[in-house]
Amino acid sequence: MLVQALFYIFAVILVAGALGVIVARNPVHSALALVLTFVTSACIWLLIGAEFLALVLVLVYVGAVMVLFLFVVMMLDINIEELRRGFTRFAWLGWITAGAVIAEIAAVVLARTFGIDASRGPGVEPVTYSNTTELGRVLYTQFAYPFELAAVILLVAIVAAIVLTMRRRPGYKAQDVRRQVAVQPRDRIRIVKMAAEGATVSEPVEAASVAARTASAGASASTVSAQPAAAGAQSAAGAPPGAVAGAQPATGGAQ
Amino acid sequence: MISLAQLLTLSGVVFALSVAGMFLNRKNLILLLMCVELLLLAANFNFIAFSRYLGDIRGQIFVFFVLTVAAAESAIGLAILVVLFRERRSINVEDLNEMKG
Repeated sequence: MLVQALFYIFAVILVAGALGVIVARNPVHSALALVLTFVTSACIWLLIGAEFLALVLVLVYVGAVMVLFLFVVMMLDINIEELRRGFTRFAWLGWITAGAVIAEIAAVVLARTFGIDASRGPGVEPVTYSNTTELGRVLYTQFAYPFELAAVILLVAIVAAIVLTMRRRPGYKAQDVRRQVAVQPRDRIRIVKMAAEGATVSEPVEAASVAARTASAGASASTVSAQPAAAGAQSAAGAPPGAVAGAQPATGGAQ
Repeated sequence: MISLAQLLTLSGVVFALSVAGMFLNRKNLILLLMCVELLLLAANFNFIAFSRYLGDIRGQIFVFFVLTVAAAESAIGLAILVVLFRERRSINVEDLNEMKG
C-alpha cells in the first residue's frame, strides 16, 4: 500500500536523521540533521491526519527554533575537539540505555492494545472534516484558559531571553535618560556673587590691576558657565605672589 | 494503513536515540538541548498517534501546548548558553562545577 510504503520511507529517514543529530562531529551538521528530523516527522503527522500540527511543527520548529539554534551555534566560537574528547567513553552506557528503552517500549506496545484494535488505521473522517477547524473549536472553548497561559509563558520567555542576553559594553555611547531627567540646576551652573569692578581699579600698581582684571574676567566667566572657568579664576588669583594683594577683593567676591 | 504499534515503536526508537545522544554528547550543552528537543518530538508522536486512533482531538491540543513550552524552553536555554559562553568562553558541561561542594 502507498501509505504504508511512505510511512516506512519516512520512518527510515527519521531514524537516520535522529542518528545524525547525536553522532555528527560538527554541531552545525547536528542542527541540520535535526531540521531533517522535524520535517520528516511533520510528513508522518500529515500521513496520519494531523495536518495543522504538522504545519505548525514546520513553521515553529524549522522556521524559528532551529534557526535560533543554528544562529547560536555559528555565533559561538566553540572548540569542537575539546568537546568531542571522551566521546565514546560512556557510549556503551548510552547504547545499553537506548536498547533497554526500545525493548521496554516494544514490550508494552506489542503486548497491549490500549483498548484499541491496534492493527486498525485511524478513523476515516468525512470529506468536509477540517483538522484545523476542530482543533480551533476545542482550543478556544474548552482550553481557552490554558491557551492564555501559553501566551503568558511565551511572553515570559521573550522577556527572560532579552534580559539574560542584554549587556552594557564599556565604550557604549547613548543617552542615559534617567540621569538627564534627574539633573538639578546646581549641577550644571554656579551663580557667583562678586563686587563691582570699579572698587579694584583704584590700586596704583599697574601689574596688580592687570592681575585683578584677569582674575575678575575669569570670575565673570564663571558666572555664566561652569566649573573649569571658576578653576581658572582661582589659579589666576593664586599665580604670581605680587598679584595676590590686588586680586584679593575679586577672589573674595568669587568665593 | 499505519498501525498504532508501528507509530509507537517509531517514537520509542527516536526517544531511545535521543537518550543515547545525551550520554554521547554529555559535554556539549548545545547538543544536550537538541537532544531534549528530539525527546519532546518523540513524546509528541505518542500524543498525536493516540489522539488519532482514539478519535479524541484533545491529544493534539496537548501537542500544541508542548510545542509552546518547548519553544520557550529552547529560547531561554539558548539565552543562558550565550551568557555562559560570554562569561567562560566555553560551553563544556565539565567546566560548570562551581556549585560542587
